[in-house]
Amino acid sequence: MPPIDYAVLRFLWWAFLGLLLIGFAVTDGFDLGAALLQPLVARNDTEKRLLLNAVGPVWEGNQVWLILGGGAAFAAWPPLYAVSFSGFYLAMFLVLAALILRPVAFTFRSKLEGVGWRRIWDWAFFVSGLGPALVFGVAFGNLFLGVPFRFDETLRVTYEGGLLGLLNPWALLCGLVSVAMLAMHGGTWLALKTEGPLAQRARSAASWASIVLVALFTLSGLWIAYGIHGYVVQGTIDPTAPSNPMDKSVLRAVGAWLANYGIHRWLMIAPALAYLGAGATWTLLRAGRSLPAFLASGVAVAGVIATGGISLFPFLLPSSIDPRSSLTVWDASSSPTTLFIMLVATAIFLPIVVAYTGWVFRVMRGPVTADELERDGDNLY
Amino acid sequence: MPSFDVVDLSRLQFALTALYHFLFVPLTLGLSLLLAVMESVYVMTGRTIWKELTKFWGTLFGINFAMGVATGITMEFQFGTNWAYYAHYVGDIFGAPLAIEGLMAFFLEASFIGLFFFGWNRLSKIGHLVVTWLVAIGSNLSALWILIANAWMQHPVGATFNPATMRMEVSSFYEVLFNPVAQAKFVHTVSAGYVTGAMFVLSIGAFYLLRGRHAEIARRSITVAASFGLASALSVVVLGDESGYTAGLNQQMKIAAIEAMWETEPPPASFTIIGFPNRETETTRYKIAVPWALGLIATRSLDEPVEGIKQLVKAAEQRVRNGLIGYKNLAQLRARHSATIPPDMESPIRDLGYALLLKRFRPDIENATDDQVHEAALSTVPDVAALFWTFRFMVGFGFYFVVLFAIAFYLASVRQLERNWFLQMALWSLPLPWIAAELGWIVAEYGRQPWIIDGVLPTFLGASSEPAGNIWFSLIGFVLFYSTLAVVDVYLMVKYVRLGPRVTAAFARGRPAPAAGRH
Repeated sequence: MPPIDYAVLRFLWWAFLGLLLIGFAVTDGFDLGAALLQPLVARNDTEKRLLLNAVGPVWEGNQVWLILGGGAAFAAWPPLYAVSFSGFYLAMFLVLAALILRPVAFTFRSKLEGVGWRRIWDWAFFVSGLGPALVFGVAFGNLFLGVPFRFDETLRVTYEGGLLGLLNPWALLCGLVSVAMLAMHGGTWLALKTEGPLAQRARSAASWASIVLVALFTLSGLWIAYGIHGYVVQGTIDPTAPSNPMDKSVLRAVGAWLANYGIHRWLMIAPALAYLGAGATWTLLRAGRSLPAFLASGVAVAGVIATGGISLFPFLLPSSIDPRSSLTVWDASSSPTTLFIMLVATAIFLPIVVAYTGWVFRVMRGPVTADELERDGDNLY
Repeated sequence: MPSFDVVDLSRLQFALTALYHFLFVPLTLGLSLLLAVMESVYVMTGRTIWKELTKFWGTLFGINFAMGVATGITMEFQFGTNWAYYAHYVGDIFGAPLAIEGLMAFFLEASFIGLFFFGWNRLSKIGHLVVTWLVAIGSNLSALWILIANAWMQHPVGATFNPATMRMEVSSFYEVLFNPVAQAKFVHTVSAGYVTGAMFVLSIGAFYLLRGRHAEIARRSITVAASFGLASALSVVVLGDESGYTAGLNQQMKIAAIEAMWETEPPPASFTIIGFPNRETETTRYKIAVPWALGLIATRSLDEPVEGIKQLVKAAEQRVRNGLIGYKNLAQLRARHSATIPPDMESPIRDLGYALLLKRFRPDIENATDDQVHEAALSTVPDVAALFWTFRFMVGFGFYFVVLFAIAFYLASVRQLERNWFLQMALWSLPLPWIAAELGWIVAEYGRQPWIIDGVLPTFLGASSEPAGNIWFSLIGFVLFYSTLAVVDVYLMVKYVRLGPRVTAAFARGRPAPAAGRH
């Protein structure tokens, strides 16, 4: 038995899963955002190359936040990993297709001169940004509605829905929140890392995206308060019991997703950060202060995701057809031993990762210029 | 239980995507280290030609690396999409090395790969060299953690079944980490990667010498590749994977199948070089065998027997019966909501996986007939003929690599590389390490069948309960998508190899190079 209480371990791993998701959105989010803004802000071949190279040195490391998120879900929340990946089968396949296209688009595009060749990879690059941004938002939105799955007595999961069921109006709204958020974040990064007309267009796109984000985020808040049945665990749940989701009962009620904010008012800090961050991004972009704007945008991204995660707590993945099967923080984790070992590994390695990531960003600081493309082109994308 | 076409389609999809992913992995493993070696020579000698060399091979490395990353994400997703019950059943153990791989290795590799390409003008000589080494170390550590996970599927140590959560849970992380199969696999797999990297450099270098181009770069590249390749090829063959094969009953079954050894022989067992195994008659016809060899390789002793297939099936039958007792015990424990297993139930529940093999024949396995128990035990024998032949081809290639790199090493040391027969031989050997590596994975994973986790969970139970239509869709999608990418990748590689070192630099800068399109 590890020296930390099972309930505490589970809570820490819930927080850590959220941290990984935020890490992914704050770092790789700007790569995705830059990619989806590409047709809008980059008008000629040089600008397109500048855009690629503005994210080029760091996107690969950023993407590991996602890979690690998948690995951590597998290790710490095996039922969550099993149910969500198999349940969202076709959606996952679409994300995967986009994620496969992305490294290839980066590497292949500028390797040959042909206009047709480059146009194909430009298109692929755009899709590789828009696709995941949209699908991740839609998938996250569906968590609030519940997903049609049930367990049998051997804990084998069956999923009774398809891809089209995921594309409901609420989830699409969440998809748009995600797209607006990452467009804002990617746009501010481009404003920071490029110069001239490209940077100007990126700045303007990011300002607009921050306004859209605030509007859609507000709309989704109202919808969740008045239009959506949230989930509530009935009775008490033993937070140290073995992970078996079938040992509880679950109710549904309108507005239940906001209950946590009623109990702990200070949690309102999460949505507040989303609003303040987005507002500050808009203001700082206007003032032409790109670095603070980028940091503010990161705060907004973290605020939006934290708001969603806190609303759902303690649920990870509710089931719409058999609420008892819903996965919560208290019944869908790995064993205490595994959670503890992984916690130790994380405590050792994550600070090291953050340190060298910071160093890489520092080495690559400053804007990419057309001059640099000309001088050092053979090493760039 | 998932339907059989879902299981078969998921297996086919996993096999295809894994084999495809492994077209890029070994080159990343080998070439990253070769880049680090070449750049070290540059930093130590200060000669710019070594920097040219590093940059040229680096460009080809970059093309390959992108494909490796792209196809690797598929692997992590697939355990969840297609093997959901597997993910639930063993995620507590199997997920940990995958997560640590991301944390400790892939982060390192992926964060510094950007600096490798973008950092030439922003870092000091030493700074850049450190970055290159970190990329190489990252990719090799990555292999270590993935192989620890894979080895656990082959030899699941350090875990016990928990009736309350209906899954395997870790009992000793130390045993999972220091699994003997993992160590053997790691050394074998990374050495195979180094051979691949060395062959890539050797063959392309030979191509330049045959064409009389880039001789300075080609000769230096071949010299590095020859010594590196010889050491790695020796390591692959001498430290072969076999050292892990005595670790458990199923590993023993695998080696018996590879050797088509139907009966236990008096020790030390002989090694069949060639023959025609027949599953129906349980004999191997026309066989040529070397006395003693197998016993020495597999047990490293003269008196330990290597068990034959028939004897292993008998042992498996015993375990199916024992597992059936465990299956009934489990039902009692679950009725009592018990999370711990009483000592008298430990052994039967340990053999639960063998009883689950019966699920192939009937859902109510507690009522299985003697015939069905025997059938279940027989199903633990993998495809003998397929393993027998894939293994022999793989080993044959292994010995060929030793010979080829020994010749290369000799010719490089006496400075007589420009011999037509040798250069032709080196050029046309290019695809062989890839073929050998893929055969190796077929031996390892096809040889693990019928288990997804050896002795713990049968493959057909591990699959997701997914509509077959979804899997057809993704499978066809992967085949089309991956085939297109393969064509583009090979086209780019060939293009850049033909353009050669210095031209590469001018071309990628955005100006059509004078040499472009002339070959």
